[in-house]
Amino acid sequence: MEYRQFAEFDNETTTDLIAKSKKLGLSEKNLIEMYRTMISIRLFEEMADKLYALGKVHGTMHLSAGQEGVAVGAGFVMREDDYLLNHHRGHGHFIASGADINKMMAEFLGKETGYCRGRGGSMHIADVEANNLGANGIVGGGIQLAAGVGLAIKLMGTDQVVLAIFGDGAANQGILHESMNMASIWALPVIYLCENNGYGMSADIAKVSSKTPFKDRALAHNIPGYYIDGNDVLAVYETMKNAVEHCRARKGPVFIEAQTYRYFGHSKSDRNLYRTKEEIDAWKRHDPIDRFQNLLLEAKIIDDKDIEKIQEDVKQLIDNAVKFAEESPEPDVTEVMGWVYA
Amino acid sequence: MLQKLWGGSMPEITYRQAIHDAMVEEMRRDKRVFLIGEDIGTYGGAFGVSAGMLAEFGPDRVIETPISEEAIIGTAAGAAMVGMRPIAELMFMDFIFLAMEPLVNQAAKARYMFGGKATVPMVVRLPGGSGTGAAAQHSQSLETILMHIPGLKVVAPSTPYDAKGLLISSIRDQNPVCFVEHKLLYKIKGEVPEEEYLIPLGEADIKRVGRDITIVASGIMVHKSLDAAKIVEEDGISIEVVDPRTLSPLDVDTIAKSVKKTGRLLVVHEAVKTAGWAGEVMASVSETKAWDYLDAPMRRLTGKDVPIPYNRHLEAAAVPQVDDIVREVRAMVNNKY
Repeated sequence: MEYRQFAEFDNETTTDLIAKSKKLGLSEKNLIEMYRTMISIRLFEEMADKLYALGKVHGTMHLSAGQEGVAVGAGFVMREDDYLLNHHRGHGHFIASGADINKMMAEFLGKETGYCRGRGGSMHIADVEANNLGANGIVGGGIQLAAGVGLAIKLMGTDQVVLAIFGDGAANQGILHESMNMASIWALPVIYLCENNGYGMSADIAKVSSKTPFKDRALAHNIPGYYIDGNDVLAVYETMKNAVEHCRARKGPVFIEAQTYRYFGHSKSDRNLYRTKEEIDAWKRHDPIDRFQNLLLEAKIIDDKDIEKIQEDVKQLIDNAVKFAEESPEPDVTEVMGWVYA
Repeated sequence: MLQKLWGGSMPEITYRQAIHDAMVEEMRRDKRVFLIGEDIGTYGGAFGVSAGMLAEFGPDRVIETPISEEAIIGTAAGAAMVGMRPIAELMFMDFIFLAMEPLVNQAAKARYMFGGKATVPMVVRLPGGSGTGAAAQHSQSLETILMHIPGLKVVAPSTPYDAKGLLISSIRDQNPVCFVEHKLLYKIKGEVPEEEYLIPLGEADIKRVGRDITIVASGIMVHKSLDAAKIVEEDGISIEVVDPRTLSPLDVDTIAKSVKKTGRLLVVHEAVKTAGWAGEVMASVSETKAWDYLDAPMRRLTGKDVPIPYNRHLEAAAVPQVDDIVREVRAMVNNKY
């Protein structure tokens, strides 16, 4: 799969970081925080992979290394009281929306201290109190829940926004059309963020899709749609910022398709039979973290020493999270029937 | 039995009106409650249950949707997760298969999957059952399929009184509740008090006190069983009719207590036999002390294992009728099965 899979991107490539960040109202501190969060996601995923290899993870996991540009570009736009519905490859978006990595790691290891008390695992991490309504094990499962949240926001009359993140695979689920149609006719404040990493498990998305880019499907429902470079974190941020403003102004839903790529396999069973090492390496030359890091270095916002420091700090936090998770208690098996009903 | 405490001064209203009134009263009481579904506004719903509600509550609370059942239930679930209390109407229970994903994989599981931190207070109203000549795709009784899902509650009222009290409880419940309405019951009348009352979910009601045999039946089969009871009374057979009212959670205690008294159990439902909820009732009773009191094998009289046919006579033959119940009761009481 090529870097520009379907068409030209609707965004301009970020080249002048100073000018771009000024335009977006992002301070140097903001930019560094975005960079740090991208590093957090990458190192979290690498640790998750390591823990799995060590046999410490009971279930499956879906890693998002390579997709940090989308997670951070989107997450940094959302307000604390906005809602998020996520897909199964959700670690990055949760970290970008400010999740506690201790609780995430504990959930990953199935512990009582995890976000879901060990009932959900990697695929179902949620923080309902923080309006994070969960990753979803059903491809496209969160899309219509998001429209329901959008309807609730409309009925309550607030200016909140709901972000529905789903993959290219979910774009071929019928519910997306039902949902976009409803959100469009009712002008719901829903941002449909299609994180296109090129493959629905092993299926090359171009081969299983009648028409691409998927944003065209949104246009068919009278929803503004954008096909953007998901590995350009500020391009994602800018498009998302405009989308959020559109939604808060009650102008209805927006559809954003962010092109990106995942480096790890789909899940633990994936042996990468459907793509080549050359392809993966080619994508790594467009790595979202490297690109942003280079811009930060060029603009002299950070230097090599800062990078080293950030990497070390993040590594320490992740090691602490692993320690917290490993030392946390297992759920009490006598409570297995708890919380089926309220 | 409770309704008898009010005496004879209560107005009689239809089952349809009772459901309508429950929704209207709850929507007046609680702004978070709204109704969502197809043709529920000007048309008043396919069975007229929501007639007049659009005029009172407006299009923001009587929300008409495109024909998108999966999206209707998904919308309700999403709204419920953030504090609303939606009532979703599916035009026919059969259409639930289009919406099983958000109902079963999302609404029913969110609370458990997220470690008890989410609540999904929603009601799905499901007009079901045969008898209208609507054939295979508009006549099913699918309660058992819903009972099989942890996280869902399943309610199936048989009278206007039960329909109103149970629907109010369902709307106020913190869980997804599937509320099964039998289409042939919409026109029946019964006494319903004007004052607010609630019927707790999970409590069976003894619709007729008897001595010789317990019939467990729900929905329209309660009425058929009561009719059968009048007929066999002439032979000196006394039927006790237990209406679970809520199928999940099932009030096994009340059923088992009745079986201990009568020594015989017949379960009657319109849903097809194989893996129908009659089997669940019989298995549950067999796990209690009531087993020791049985004078005859437990039996079930159910819909036949066929899709509902169109022809009037075939349709009637596919589900239990009063004569079938009479025959089965006589056989059981006389040990001729």
